[in-house]
Amino acid sequence: MSDLNKLGLAEARDALRKGDVTSVDLTNACLSAIEAAGALNAFVHKTPEIALEQAKAADARIATGDAPAMCGLPLGIKDLFCTKGVASQAGSGILEGFKPEYESTVTQNLFDAGAVMLGKLNMDEFAMGSSNETSVYGNAVSPWRRGNDDAQLTPGGSSGGSASAVSADLCLAATGTDTGGSIRQPAAFTGITGIKPTYGRCSRWGVVAFASSLDQAGPMTKSVRDAAIMLETMCSHDPKDSTSVDMAVPNFEAMLTGDIKGKKIGIPREYRMDGMPAEIEKLWGDGADMLRAAGAEIVDISLPHTKYALPAYYVIAPAEASSNLARYDGVRYGHRAQLAQGDGITEMYEKTRAEGFGHEVQRRVMIGTYVLSAGFYDAYYNRARKVRTLIKKDFEDVFAAGIDAILTPATPSAAFGLGEMTDADPVQMYLNDVFTVTVNLAGLPGISVPTGLDAQGLPLGLQLIGRPWDEGDLLNTAFALETAAGFVAKPGKWW
Amino acid sequence: MLDLTYDMPKPKIIAGAKHDWELVIGLEVHAQVSSNAKLFSGASTAFGAEPNSNVSFVDAAMPGMLPVINEYCVEQAVRTGLGLKADINLVSAFDRKNYFYPDLPQGYQISQLYHPIVGEGEVLVELGDGTARQVRIERIHLEQDAGKSIHDMDPHMSFVDLNRTGVALMEIVSRPDIRGPEEAAAYVTKLRQILRYLGTCDGNMQNGNMRADVNVSICLPGAYEKYQETQDFSHLGTRCEIKNMNSMRFIQAAIEIEARRQIAIVEAGGKVDQETRLYDPDKNETRSMRSKEEAHDYRYFPDPDLMPLEIEQGWVDDIQASLPELPDEKKSRFINDFSLSDYDASVLTAEAESAEYFESVAEGRDGKLAANWVINELFGRLKKDDLDITDSPVSPAQLGGIIELISAETISGKIAKDLFEIVFNEGGDPAVIVEERGMKQVTDTGAIEAALDQIIADNPAQVEKAKVNPKLAGWFVGQVMKATGGKANPKAVNQLVAQKLAQ
Repeated sequence: MSDLNKLGLAEARDALRKGDVTSVDLTNACLSAIEAAGALNAFVHKTPEIALEQAKAADARIATGDAPAMCGLPLGIKDLFCTKGVASQAGSGILEGFKPEYESTVTQNLFDAGAVMLGKLNMDEFAMGSSNETSVYGNAVSPWRRGNDDAQLTPGGSSGGSASAVSADLCLAATGTDTGGSIRQPAAFTGITGIKPTYGRCSRWGVVAFASSLDQAGPMTKSVRDAAIMLETMCSHDPKDSTSVDMAVPNFEAMLTGDIKGKKIGIPREYRMDGMPAEIEKLWGDGADMLRAAGAEIVDISLPHTKYALPAYYVIAPAEASSNLARYDGVRYGHRAQLAQGDGITEMYEKTRAEGFGHEVQRRVMIGTYVLSAGFYDAYYNRARKVRTLIKKDFEDVFAAGIDAILTPATPSAAFGLGEMTDADPVQMYLNDVFTVTVNLAGLPGISVPTGLDAQGLPLGLQLIGRPWDEGDLLNTAFALETAAGFVAKPGKWW
Repeated sequence: MLDLTYDMPKPKIIAGAKHDWELVIGLEVHAQVSSNAKLFSGASTAFGAEPNSNVSFVDAAMPGMLPVINEYCVEQAVRTGLGLKADINLVSAFDRKNYFYPDLPQGYQISQLYHPIVGEGEVLVELGDGTARQVRIERIHLEQDAGKSIHDMDPHMSFVDLNRTGVALMEIVSRPDIRGPEEAAAYVTKLRQILRYLGTCDGNMQNGNMRADVNVSICLPGAYEKYQETQDFSHLGTRCEIKNMNSMRFIQAAIEIEARRQIAIVEAGGKVDQETRLYDPDKNETRSMRSKEEAHDYRYFPDPDLMPLEIEQGWVDDIQASLPELPDEKKSRFINDFSLSDYDASVLTAEAESAEYFESVAEGRDGKLAANWVINELFGRLKKDDLDITDSPVSPAQLGGIIELISAETISGKIAKDLFEIVFNEGGDPAVIVEERGMKQVTDTGAIEAALDQIIADNPAQVEKAKVNPKLAGWFVGQVMKATGGKANPKAVNQLVAQKLAQ
């Protein structure tokens, strides 16, 4: 078999079980692809020794007939996950040289199921960004280009390295995390599938926190089936995470029947934004038609508080972040600034954090500090929490009215060029999250599925939002959409 | 059972240059929860371990680490609340209090600002002079302790010990019901006693396991009553908070000196600034901890890593059912059942262990005699050897045996003291010792009479004098006691001496 790195999880798993390939072969193919893809800057810490060791162990397990779900499948791991003995920096200078003594629950679940780690993937610093441009490692680059234009494009963010790596076939799949759209937006920008499960499905233990009430891990894969396989392994009840839910994880792959007859799919009118590009509008309409053709009922619905979601998100997420990032103080680990004669603890904090955090992180820490400060707490943070409750209720109401899933665009546009937003108002960048943040605020599962290309040949995705804890049903609807859309485009190799 | 009833104590008055002033005091007592593990991590809470040896990844705030509530600490807080007759909140929540300090690795303390686990309760504070004050508890919340910064080990560097980081504290907040330094100390003493009875805090102030922040303000006589009527704080003066006091003596001294400082300011036409101060026992003064510019904005908000803490009434009821008898009830029972004085009952119930000891001694015996022996002989002797009641070489059964010998008039009170000393030092069954060492009281009038007759015969001049002055009879009693080695029954000797001298 050639181009083993181009396989998806399901195909590779079946080939491994049949004995057609070995995990070592798969892993070597990926390692070679990674070596050749320096221009994408997707992998920022490579772990070939660990990968080959895990691959050999996986091959041995497969040989004995003990081949759990992810056995022998080479993955990339977002830098936000703490991986034991391997650099885990959350894309930040402040965690320079940090190698945890522990393994995050999600990666441990994957490794327990036999997965192979190829290395750590680029991301926006502390997952704060929509273009992977805030990373201390420099931006990851999308493998996609606009026609023959060789301008570099963003793979999206914050899981930009994951998106770039999966899209460019440097690995079979990757982990991502999603606080406001960080799995779904980059997946849409790079023509892959990404699902954020219901808040509480995946343990947050060992995942560097951005905004605790919003953060969820999820898979970024080459197909919906792959997402189902990998998500099932990532999910677990974890007593070490008080927000993790004690609920059985179903066999998601077995639920992929493609039969969505009679399902009610909601089209929320508030997501039809002013100035929405015609291409996005068409993509959305086409998606609805595909689902209708597959037997679903398409229903216009209203989620009236949608327009308040983005401002509420940009209060709550920075507020939590400002507190979560207080631990990076130079005292115990990571970067500590050189101090001048006479400097005390305050100077140590100030210099360390000024040097260690990039501008976007600093901006959000300052916003978060501001909205929590005495005199502003009620006007900002408390009000944002109330909005959040209303947004959650919007969804509860439509689900209670019998809607099974909600179809929206994943992003307001196709991928933009790296550097194009540099001089823009930060709010322009935040608008990338407009279709995705509601899902995090409401704690719901959301999946991005590639369904088309724009006029310049760049991938576009649609988002499906599901009922809480019903990822199986959501994946099945996504599977039907994927089947109908038949998206097979791949970026031409230029790197 | 009788309820204990007391008069209200008078507020302490401090005379200023112009007026008399009253004090208004409220306390925030931080009590370390007795628990083997920390509030949100499995690390040990043992005192005196090597620096930074009881530190988990959670305590050190490593990236991606998350807190998980220790159920036992919650149980201890509920037990404490029930012991203070307080409302238990079945739903409470944790908040983050954000500030930077090297011994606070997370950059925030997890506490309960908005929804504490325990609501309003009360503590009866006896002042030992027949007065007592009912101090209202406003709330008790659970929170994490910080670590320890050490600044004096190196001229250029500070060191941090995180062993204490994350240890569970209960912050017990009183209403401003306390009216003087002695009352404040008595309140802390009573709180400490209750917590020790409950087993929820060891009350060790020296190790910092119990410490108090004291809020002090002054007001003119009459103003406090207006506050009481309206609960409107504007009737009271501006308060200052004196932080982190860990001795009863310092608490009293600090309140006194802080009140005098405020009086001087107000009488000079100035205004007291609401601020946090530290007490310096060497100089006996309080000093401002930080200026207004440095005042912290703690940016409290609900901790998103923790779900609201929900407990069930049934669980609370089970804890209630398992509560030990508490000091007030025990004291009242001792007064009723053993006819003890308020004072003796207070002394005996100060510690659960001494109360338990006393009860084993008193059970089925003369309660008052038992109280006298436990308080005067046993406590005194233990103190001399610096021993705790739990280390007493004399068991309750042994002391009970001695008391039985006294009650049966087998030995005299004086011999009993010798016997106690023997049992204290050598052990053994008191009855056997008395038998073997011939310590039994001589009640045989024949033997006493013979001794007395001899003394009378030997001292005719004394006999004549005593016949004129009956007060001199005591001399003959003394001589008989001496002749019988102290074992003669004093009552019998007295009677015989009176008889013989009257002849």
